[in-house]
Amino acid sequence: MAQADTSRLIKGATGDWEVIVGLEIHAQVTSRSKLFSGASTEFGGAPNSHVSLVDAAMPGMLPVINAECVAQAVRTGLGLKAKINLRSTFDRKNYFYPDLPQGYQISQYKSPIVGEGEVLVDLTPDRSIKVGIERLHLEQDAGKSLHDQSPTMSFVDLNRSGVALMEIVSKPDMRSAEEAKAYVTKLRAILRYIGSCDGDMEKGNLRADVNVSVRRPGEPFNTRCEIKNVNSIRFIGQAIEAEARRQIALIEDGGTVEQETRLFDPSRGETRSMRSKEEAHDYRYFPDPDLLPLELDEAYVEGLAAHLPELPDAKKARFMADYGLSAYDAGVLVAERETADYFEAAVAHGGVKRDAKAVANWIMGDLAAFANSQSLSISQTLVKPAQIADLVDLIEAKTISGKIAKDVLAIIIAEEKEATPSAIVEARGLKQVTDVGAIEAAVDQIIAANPDKVAQAQAKPTMIGWFVGQVMKATGGKANPQAVNDALKRKLGL
Amino acid sequence: MNRRLACGLTDDPLTDLTHLTLAEARDALKARKVSSRELTQAHLDAMERARLLNAYIAETPDKALAMAAASDERLAKGEGGPLEGLPIGVKDLYATEGVHTQACSHILDKFRPTYESTVTAHLWRDGAVMLGKLNMDEFAMGSSNETSYYGPVASPWLPPNWSEEKARAALKGDKRGLLVPGGSSGGSAAAVAAHLCLAATASDTGGSIRQPAAFTGTVGIKPTYGRCSRYGMVAFASSLDQAGPIARTVRDAAIMLGSMAGPDPKDSTCFNGPAPDYEAAVGRSVKGRVIGVPKEYRLDGMNPEIETLWAQGVEWLRDAGARIVDISLPNTRHALPAYYIVAPAEASSNLARYDGVRYGLREPGKDIVELYEKTRAAGFGPEVRRRVMIGTYVLSAGYYDAYYVRAQKIRTLIKRDFERAFADGVDAILTPATPSAAFGIGEKGSADPVEMYLNDVFTVTVNMAGLPGLAAPAGLTEQGLPLGLQLIGRPFDEETLFSLGEAIEQAAGRMKLPEPWWACGAVAAVGDRGHNANRSEDFDDGAG
Repeated sequence: MAQADTSRLIKGATGDWEVIVGLEIHAQVTSRSKLFSGASTEFGGAPNSHVSLVDAAMPGMLPVINAECVAQAVRTGLGLKAKINLRSTFDRKNYFYPDLPQGYQISQYKSPIVGEGEVLVDLTPDRSIKVGIERLHLEQDAGKSLHDQSPTMSFVDLNRSGVALMEIVSKPDMRSAEEAKAYVTKLRAILRYIGSCDGDMEKGNLRADVNVSVRRPGEPFNTRCEIKNVNSIRFIGQAIEAEARRQIALIEDGGTVEQETRLFDPSRGETRSMRSKEEAHDYRYFPDPDLLPLELDEAYVEGLAAHLPELPDAKKARFMADYGLSAYDAGVLVAERETADYFEAAVAHGGVKRDAKAVANWIMGDLAAFANSQSLSISQTLVKPAQIADLVDLIEAKTISGKIAKDVLAIIIAEEKEATPSAIVEARGLKQVTDVGAIEAAVDQIIAANPDKVAQAQAKPTMIGWFVGQVMKATGGKANPQAVNDALKRKLGL
Repeated sequence: MNRRLACGLTDDPLTDLTHLTLAEARDALKARKVSSRELTQAHLDAMERARLLNAYIAETPDKALAMAAASDERLAKGEGGPLEGLPIGVKDLYATEGVHTQACSHILDKFRPTYESTVTAHLWRDGAVMLGKLNMDEFAMGSSNETSYYGPVASPWLPPNWSEEKARAALKGDKRGLLVPGGSSGGSAAAVAAHLCLAATASDTGGSIRQPAAFTGTVGIKPTYGRCSRYGMVAFASSLDQAGPIARTVRDAAIMLGSMAGPDPKDSTCFNGPAPDYEAAVGRSVKGRVIGVPKEYRLDGMNPEIETLWAQGVEWLRDAGARIVDISLPNTRHALPAYYIVAPAEASSNLARYDGVRYGLREPGKDIVELYEKTRAAGFGPEVRRRVMIGTYVLSAGYYDAYYVRAQKIRTLIKRDFERAFADGVDAILTPATPSAAFGIGEKGSADPVEMYLNDVFTVTVNMAGLPGLAAPAGLTEQGLPLGLQLIGRPFDEETLFSLGEAIEQAAGRMKLPEPWWACGAVAAVGDRGHNANRSEDFDDGAG
């Protein structure tokens, strides 16, 4: 268990409090068909257009496990460095609801397919925590009840009914909203690397039940509350903070926290009670007699392990070792697999070795800024790794300055998506002026025209910046800044 | 005087096509001595005369004749499957595309599936002809066919000392005092015994094939769990439910099971291997086979006639060359209580889907909870409601370990008892099929449901252990009612049961089934048939 870290404590009226967070993530398994039926899992179909007889729980229908969903769960377990249980079983969780056609959800209650594991979560470049994984199990999603279609009736859309979910349960190892958000971000990255869940929170493909309790540092765990179905990383953070504040205020007022299920209302920034422990359902779990125990063998698991992609932690370590990147840069680049791939493609483009740090800076700087402004990922911008590679090469060869390079990137984005930076520089005459004679002529001209500034600069050498600017202006920005600097220093006698 | 002449009927039992066995009919069809249309029409006529027995709850005459015509075409070309042209009945538990499939429950009101069960699909693949859907206890919960929403089935066997006139009068009334055919496959057993089909599908969760077979002098086999696919069978208790046939001879049952069984990727619990040629096992020598006789099946106060019959069965098998050994199955006495925990537990969950939301009966309410409550209260009969409540209770937090978990442990012990016996060299076990002969409609279970549950005392162990069990008619009580013996086999060794069953059949002689006392002047109008007007819809089925 993590030690209490004073920087993460919350100040209450009567002293410091520590917040304890555990998360249950529901991740929709990426698969063509549902967990126990052949119906499509495609998002956005007309209501009830992806529903098989099994999903609609017609009389006499039986579930048959989808092998791809099993493989995805095992791959994910391997990615979480978790124990793969070679024998797991399915149970029925019984309750009545119109979007649950069987009257029970098939889940894995007693024996999940994946046991304990852990996730390394980077908080800052030099601080990380390990969050324990309690278990991962497979279960069916429910359908969707639509209460706003008719004044007197509710409608039911069963397209989601029976879609496979992985429920990934963490240990109560997080001590702040920031840690919880970082954990979800990392877990999402791992799932996306593996390809077992697309992590699309807007479509509800990744949602969290958040367990929150508070305690005085060093004391045992207190009663927790569960906040159901939080569907964005930002809301997870807000829900934890709101709930921790509520519990602290309650206890400091002499009250006690009751175990209950709560909902987070983002518009009001508060959680409210959904049902108390007394109102909790009795789910009457029992083994599903329609399904045999799920038995896997070592060779099967090893086969999946052998084809697992390189995961974020390993990739980050390699980026640091092979490219000499800082922990921070490597961490940013590996957060999305596509960005990491983009980086490597740009570094290695044309079989030439180029400055990886420079490539990283371009991707994390100007390109990321553009991508963010358009709400795109790096790989979704139409800028190609080859173009970034070319830009870096042009700067390295002193053909253009960094300033001109920014302009060239802007031209690519705005006008010439397919052109190489070299071609743009050539066509537009952007080549850097390194001819010392031409630069000196420009310097002489500026010095001659500004005797007052010369005097000022000689008294205060930082004034040289003003001269650099003037010279660059006079040369259309193409002068080599180093050469301009050298000439100015010499001529001004600095 | 000749009964049939007295009734104004001219059909001679010797030439009555409904009196052929399935195997005889098959051979007659192959030899082109009779057409499937003739055979089918003979059964449809018999069904019409027997409507008051209430064995069929939906007749499909147009479908039957169309299937028969198609079979005749194939037979004419020398083609056709192993059941080509043979008319059979189907328990209402099996999904049959476009045809009444309600497990005889009101909650599945007007439900007509768009799909076919695997078992019936196998039968149609092999050329069988569907005559209609057979009555049963609601959701297969019952041992007398009295819990059916469509009313009880009358056994074709006359109650002791009843005149035909008295029986016919009772048939037109509330049927009280007439004999039950057993249950839950009461319609199947009655229809087979009354020659209203050549054979029928049935299903068995705790004895629902074997007990009605024993009560009606017919042959029934519940094969090993997993031998037949459960796909498209309305589920009662998934870990116990198994399909099987009821027929008039052991050979006929073997032919039927051979078609019904086989692997199915749509049922994860279905055995993934082909069914053997069961008919080939019929007539195979039983010499040297070891038959276990379990002392725990000798109950205190058991009907001495059953004891005598059991001893007779032992002698028959000994005479046929089998070796008889006494065995012990010490956990037998726990089987019934454990069964009545496991089966309702699974049922309470399996029946949750009948909620009025997507299909079947819906009783509107002011909100969803009231809709559930009113629909399920109106849709389920008292026995089903009782079992759903028992099942819900035994799975509840705080009771789960005390009931469900302990019942599962008992189940393991029961299985182990059998495994030990088989490991000691026993090939099959001989027991009585039921603790008594058939009783009267309205006679049992109204005050104490356990009285009814005791009917399953010899059969539930077999379901709990997942083993095959065959009930064969072995004789009559002094009062003239049929009694059956049960053979229990090793997992997936139905063949041994068929050869032993045939040895009993040979020794006991073919059961002489009742003459059709019900048919005399008893062509019922559809509108006269009981409380449920919507049944008539089923008889229109295919007629329009």
